[in-house]
Amino acid sequence: MDRAVKLKYFAWVREKVGRAEEDVTLPASIATVADLIIWQRSRGPEYADAFAAGQRVVRAAIDQTHVKPEASVMSAREIAFFPPVTGG
Amino acid sequence: MSVRVQAEDFDISVEIARLTQGRSDVGAIVTFTGTVRGSGGGQAIDAITLEHYPGMTEAELERIEARAHQRWPLQASSIIHRIGRLAPGENIVLVVTVSAHRQAAFEAAEFLMDYLKTEAPFWKKEDIAGGSAHWVDARAADNAARDRWTGKAKGEPG
Repeated sequence: MDRAVKLKYFAWVREKVGRAEEDVTLPASIATVADLIIWQRSRGPEYADAFAAGQRVVRAAIDQTHVKPEASVMSAREIAFFPPVTGG
Repeated sequence: MSVRVQAEDFDISVEIARLTQGRSDVGAIVTFTGTVRGSGGGQAIDAITLEHYPGMTEAELERIEARAHQRWPLQASSIIHRIGRLAPGENIVLVVTVSAHRQAAFEAAEFLMDYLKTEAPFWKKEDIAGGSAHWVDARAADNAARDRWTGKAKGEPG
């Protein structure tokens, strides 16, 4: 079943993608954050650049909690992508 | 426990008073203030801009603060982090820990900063003098500082 989620982007991921957030419908085949990253790369050159393999690592959060690439996105409502944090 | 994310500056005296007013069980107050350095990577900086993830930032800081309270006997604590454009010398972050004894207050303040720097969703962009700007890279040393807390702390009870 296709699922509607909100994607959010921060820092250089936001700049490369060219937007801060968007509503998308995830294909049923996407089960994990790693699957979603592979799908993102197929959505256009700006996504391919932001999510390029072997580039600087993009981190993810599901519903405002840090997650690893193997985390399930099946019940996610908001998924965020961002660089390693640099506050403080 | 309190967590704030704000553009405005903070006043350490006011924040200490907020945590200690009316209490007679306090023996130690530690504050840490982080400020904007005037250079990065050998280049002079005009300003930094701090971006964050509204909602998650507050939630993450509250989770970090709750962990510190589980680990040390703290009577109160506060984390304040600024966002937006900040010039060299300006305050970025304040951590205050309040305890009966100094060791818990010192250690908890370090713990809060080490986790804040590696888990709270803030990102710094540096405006280099002359016009260019770049996102600051995360440092491996910050992860190492956080990971030393996975053992047992000296100031922990028991």
